Amino acid sequence: MNCNLKDVAREIRCDVIHSIAHLGVGHIGGCLSVVELMAVLYFEAMNIDPKNPQMEGRDRFISSKGHAGPAVYAALANRGYFDKSVLLTLNQGGTKLPSHCNMRLTPGIDMTTGSLGQGFSCAVGAALGAKIAKDGARVYTLLGDGECQEGQIWEAAMFAAAKRLDNLIGFVDVNRLQIDGAVAEVNDVEPLADKWAAFGWRVIDVPKGNDVEAVSAAVKQAKANLGGGKPTMVLLRTVKGCGMKWAEDLGPANHNVAVPMEEAEAAIRALREEA
Amino acid sequence: MQLRAVYAEELGKLLERDPKTVLLDADLGRASGTLGLRKRFPDRIYDCGVAEQNMASIGAGLASYGFKPWIETFAPFATRRICDQIAISICYPGLNVKIVGTDPGIAAELNGATHMTMEDIGVVRSIPGILIFEPVDEVQLRAAMPALDAYEGPVYLRMARGEQPAVFGEGYEFDLFRADTLRKGTDLTICVSGIVTRDALDAAEALAAEGISCEVLNVHTIKPIDKETIIASARRTGAVLTVENHNVVGGLHAAVLEALARERVPVFAVGVEDRFGEVGKLPYLKPALGLTKEHVVEAAREAVWAKVDN
Repeated sequence: MNCNLKDVAREIRCDVIHSIAHLGVGHIGGCLSVVELMAVLYFEAMNIDPKNPQMEGRDRFISSKGHAGPAVYAALANRGYFDKSVLLTLNQGGTKLPSHCNMRLTPGIDMTTGSLGQGFSCAVGAALGAKIAKDGARVYTLLGDGECQEGQIWEAAMFAAAKRLDNLIGFVDVNRLQIDGAVAEVNDVEPLADKWAAFGWRVIDVPKGNDVEAVSAAVKQAKANLGGGKPTMVLLRTVKGCGMKWAEDLGPANHNVAVPMEEAEAAIRALREEA
Repeated sequence: MQLRAVYAEELGKLLERDPKTVLLDADLGRASGTLGLRKRFPDRIYDCGVAEQNMASIGAGLASYGFKPWIETFAPFATRRICDQIAISICYPGLNVKIVGTDPGIAAELNGATHMTMEDIGVVRSIPGILIFEPVDEVQLRAAMPALDAYEGPVYLRMARGEQPAVFGEGYEFDLFRADTLRKGTDLTICVSGIVTRDALDAAEALAAEGISCEVLNVHTIKPIDKETIIASARRTGAVLTVENHNVVGGLHAAVLEALARERVPVFAVGVEDRFGEVGKLPYLKPALGLTKEHVVEAAREAVWAKVDN
């Protein structure tokens, strides 16, 4: 798609902040940390068709950290899967945009996720499906760094490498925070690069995970890996709550929190002024 | 013929017929009898190793891609170990994954309590949207496999691996959603499933000799349960007895009780009395856990005596 990824990311970020503040509460931190990835995947990397969300042979995206739903929805709406006004129904009774991703409710959502660890295995299954179908599709999947504490992640990591699923591209949102505090203090998952490499993955470490150009370059590098026989894991070193100072300053408390509309409006104003 | 051999043979036909059929295993291909299929379908059979949770969610991922995955392992790992994966990866999105749990309950024999699922039906039955089927013998399993394949949605196939005494014969007409009336009777309805079905039939024969006429229903599909047949029979006989290789909590007994909640009939149970299993062969385990023909006879007498209109 011909567009300025930085502008796209800003729009997605504003929509995430606005939709969560409109409801009044949500997983603001871990949604804002992955905004640049959403922009790159949905506006540059993936072979998809918003007019035909179920297109055969399309690339898939599965957010194993299901609570990043609002970030995915903002990307889908900006990409034209549904009207932006739908974003304001986020997580309200009867909505098509629940807190955690649901493949039966939302056009463009490829898998139901929310129980951490499972979506990654589902993505591995989809990548295996693409291999069996020989349709050339790639599967992209997003994990949280806290989520890497789930044992199932490593079961799936082992399998994907053993079965040579080089059409699978994973991302860890390394924002270094989880609900109870710093990941390093709760139950340290580092060194992630060494762990994924030891499990047989090709690892791309992106120190600036909220720099849209750095993310774009990493995804291009990962895509070139098809045929290499190894799945790729991209470690995105991000900031939880990125782009909304109020949320960033909350630290671990920004995981799932009440978001006042005035803070949201101030943040959106600041983002627009920056542009 | 061992049920696992029947299962593998029928699964082979499904793999042959439909390129969308895929089989996943967790290091029990040998035990499940499907190891031989791997050479024939190298691109559609995958061993996940000892990692059942991953296997279950991979199955969901494949189903989301339009495939028809069967995932197999021992019953405890196919149910209680992957309960959340069954619920969230498979059933919540309603994905077409067939879960095969082998050697449920006392069928686990020498593997003992750790491998004996007394609760698997209860665990799975309380998850919305899954069909639970338990075969009695070779003929029924053979009839069921294409029906389970044709059914679109999550399935739990609860299957003993060994050879089972024949209950069904030639000309058996299988309906996935209908309980089979194995014997007509007027005094008591016996609802039974799985490997204790022959014992229930033998008990019905013994009871006939003492003047108690039993209707025996094989409830092969425990969810959704055939309420209609069970209620109609219970209304005719006025008393019900359930017989199962499972805890009396949460399994067939509970399902029949729920079906009969508005009926004025006593519902008695023969099953595992809320305890864990132990090691042993079936001739030891059946009496030790209260699952013999004699246990059925005794409970049947009590159920008949308990009829409210007596």
